[in-house]
Order: sequence, then structure tokens, then C-alpha cells
Amino acid sequence: MEKDKFIIAKKKFNSRLIVGTGKYKNMSECAKAVKLSGAEIVTVAVRRVNITDKKKPLLMDFIDPKKITYLPNTAGCFNSKEALRTLRLAREIGGWKLVKLEVLGDKKNLFPEMIETLKSTEVLAKEGFKVMVYCNDDPLMAKRLENSGAKAIMPLAAPIGSGLGILNKVNIKIIRNQTKLPLIIDAGLGQASDAAIAMELGCDGVLVNTAIAKAKKPFEMALAFKNAVLAGRQSYQSGRIAKVLMGRASSPKKGII
Amino acid sequence: MKKIKKIKIRLNGKEKKIAYNYKIKNLINDLKIPLKKVAIELNQEILDKKKLNRIKIKKNDKIEIVHFIGGG
Repeated sequence: MEKDKFIIAKKKFNSRLIVGTGKYKNMSECAKAVKLSGAEIVTVAVRRVNITDKKKPLLMDFIDPKKITYLPNTAGCFNSKEALRTLRLAREIGGWKLVKLEVLGDKKNLFPEMIETLKSTEVLAKEGFKVMVYCNDDPLMAKRLENSGAKAIMPLAAPIGSGLGILNKVNIKIIRNQTKLPLIIDAGLGQASDAAIAMELGCDGVLVNTAIAKAKKPFEMALAFKNAVLAGRQSYQSGRIAKVLMGRASSPKKGII
Repeated sequence: MKKIKKIKIRLNGKEKKIAYNYKIKNLINDLKIPLKKVAIELNQEILDKKKLNRIKIKKNDKIEIVHFIGGG
């Protein structure tokens, strides 16, 4: 298992769990949960600096970007123009080229706006960004993203923050079978077993935020997700048995008294 | 003491008055912002952080200073 690296845009990681840094009570809770999760990549948002309250703590003071890879995200962007502006700014902060593109089209369900997402992926790839793309669980769209230069495909399990778990396992499996790109389940997981299922479907990683940040015990849940991702990956690599519609005894018949 | 002429700008969406001869670098210094942790935009154009002392701020300029915060 030691050589089982998680590789995105030629960068190697040990942990297959990516965690979001939003929705925590405070920065120290967030930093502790990230540490316990074992994640080496965290998603971050780009927002205005608070000019009036300079004492407000900065994320970088709690999570060191030299140790943990910051993955700037375009959460909150509803068109290509906003998303491109956000990621270009993110790159300027400190040379970040590995980014997560998320263009939303629907304020109620926060579903991705795939036409704008596709356009943005093309532009960003041409500008040298390594784009990890939040998308629908649609195999055809996933293929188009791949052809547009995406470096990772990140289909939703369910609406962001919904906690519903993977709703369309078949589509996830189909996407898995058609792409060699890193496939990461992003959004909608509710509990650790959802992450294990994602890994068992053959995904390369999972991205979790709300399910950890809003759990009654975020630190314990961070650990649970860490273990679930490891267990799911091991299970996937171990090759499950075939499903049969009958019983097959585990003990030999020979020597029955 | 001679009163310095001031101009109005918009900084992170809010109106602010600054000295007419200010460069971006002066503004950043005033705000005590750690330059390594931010990106700066002037009228929707991203600025090269190495050239901030060359860029003069004009009346009604829109300046955005952003950084990373927690997000999903």
C-alpha cells in the first residue's frame, strides 16, 4: 500500500481525502480537523480582505500553505467571467496553478452550470492552470471536460452540503471506466461510509467539507473520514467477490458430524 | 501645515479618501497588509505586486484586495 500515491497534475499526495475549510466555528477548529483528517490538500475561497478589522485571524496563520496544498476554489461564482477573475487573483496571491473550478448555475440546489464550466475550463487550461473541475455526474459532460484540458474530474455525489451521499453510483462507475484522469467525488457526502463507497466505486479521492465541519463532533468525524477513505481504497484494490442470488456456505461440508 | 488634497476611491466596495498623490504601495503600507498573502486588482486588472510603487491611484479608482479564507 505504501506506493499507492494520489497523483494530480503530476503532484504526488499520500492522502486521498481533500477537505474544505469552510463552515467551521473558528480557524483553530478548522486547522485541528484538517490535521486529524490527514488531508494534504484543502480547498480555500478567495474573498475581500477585511480592511476595517485588521486583527481578524488569517487562514494562512492557521494552515501553513507550505505544508498543506491550498486549492483555490471558485465557490460562489455563477458565471465564467467571475470564476476566471477569481482564479487569476488566486494565482496572483502566491503562484497557485492547481485550482478547483466551480461555476454554479442554480442558487437553490447549487448545481454546476456546465456550459459555463466547460468554457472556463478551456480558457484556464490555455492559461496554464491545472484545473480540477466540479461537475455533474454526467459521463458525457465529464468526457467533454477531459477533452477541454481538465486535470481532474470532480462529480457531485449530491447537492453541495446536502449530506445525501452518492445518488448515482452507476454514473460514477461509468465515468470511472471511461477516464484515466483523477476522479474525485465532490460535494454531498454525509457520513464516513459515503466516502468508503466512493473509493470502492474506484474514485481516486473524495472532497468533504460540511459533513466534517457540521458534524456534532468534527474532530472525530475528520478521523472517521480519514479511515473510511483508506478502507474504501483498500477494499477497491482488493477485488470484491461477485454478487450471487443464493447462499454459499463458508464452512466445508466435508467432515460434518 | 498645508492641507493635502484628497481623492475618493472605492476600496473593497467601500468609499475611501486618500491623498491625491498616493501610489498603491502607500495604500498597502497604510493598511498594514501582508503583501505575500493578498492579490490586488485595480479597475478589474490584476496588479504585479512588484510594481506597486509605480502605480498612482486616480480619482474613482476601484481597488480590490483579496486573500484566502475558509471555503468548500
